[in-house]
Amino acid sequence: MPPNSRPGDAVFANVERVNAELFTLTYGAIVRQLLTDFEEVDEVNKQLDTMGYNIGIRLIDDFLAKANITRCSDFRETAETIVKVGFKMFLGVTGTVTNWNAEGTECSLILDDNPLVDFVELPETCQGLYYCNMLCGVIRGALEMVSMRTEVKFVKDVLRGDEAFEIRLKLLEQVPEEYPYKDDD
Amino acid sequence: MQAGPGGGVVGSATRMRCLYLFNRQGVCLHYHVWLRPVSVLSRQEDQKLIFGLLFSLKLFTAKMDPVGGGKGQLGAAQLQGQGCSFHSFRTDTYKLSFMETPTGLKLVLITDPKMGDLREAMKHIYSSIYVEYVVKNPLYTPDMPFKCELFNQNLDNYVKTLS
Repeated sequence: MPPNSRPGDAVFANVERVNAELFTLTYGAIVRQLLTDFEEVDEVNKQLDTMGYNIGIRLIDDFLAKANITRCSDFRETAETIVKVGFKMFLGVTGTVTNWNAEGTECSLILDDNPLVDFVELPETCQGLYYCNMLCGVIRGALEMVSMRTEVKFVKDVLRGDEAFEIRLKLLEQVPEEYPYKDDD
Repeated sequence: MQAGPGGGVVGSATRMRCLYLFNRQGVCLHYHVWLRPVSVLSRQEDQKLIFGLLFSLKLFTAKMDPVGGGKGQLGAAQLQGQGCSFHSFRTDTYKLSFMETPTGLKLVLITDPKMGDLREAMKHIYSSIYVEYVVKNPLYTPDMPFKCELFNQNLDNYVKTLS
């Protein structure tokens, strides 16, 4: 990460933008459709995560192509890069990283501002819904492509009455690179 | 494996020979030929050998590193991005340039031996051609060999500018 204080800004200045309402409403339409298709909110949470994963495994290449960053030295730097560069690049906002565990493998990503929920209020019928759950999938998918297996989930959600969005990020393992062929094939 | 023959041959004046794209599982996602009159092995064997060579060479160069060399056994698995990275070797008849992204994509470009440093060119092929026309294509299945006209065209156009 470059040493300046807001490393995401330079990249953000150079990426193409779309209209914010179009983006927000498109995301809303996806959630709406999933609610119609699956009825159960738990199932919708799961689907959003899966869709996010499929986005993440592609988005990482776009991120690497544009962000022009060097390898993160540890997981702390990885988390910082996600909230300062990744979120800025794709959502236009940044967050903060807090609540590290002692081993440095688990932390919370805090988002105060989240463009996905601009027009959203959770009705009675959707109480268990993590409306932005796609973000978790995106992070998990992107990190998996750079050899980190993670567990990512929402623990706080403004739509549920919390003061901010909090995503819990847990590093399960770093997968070493193995020779993919057997000797005899 | 169905990476077809590469797009257009740019003419015998080109200094490009061929390009391979491998994913981290060793699958050859794309094989592009500009000029390769001699090819001894079957395409599959050829691709497997190139991948194997680069995989070993990468571990070997990291192992040889006199300053930051790893302690593990030669051939021990490395984490992605660990150790130093090599970017080319040259023989009297060709030059091989290599680049690996943090996602494990390996680009191998074989050219005329007089070709200069191609690191920026390979970065361009990754960032502005592969990511733009392949990864972002919603109908492309990640980690599968691809055939993509736009990719071929843009690649051909770009390599014409290299000399």
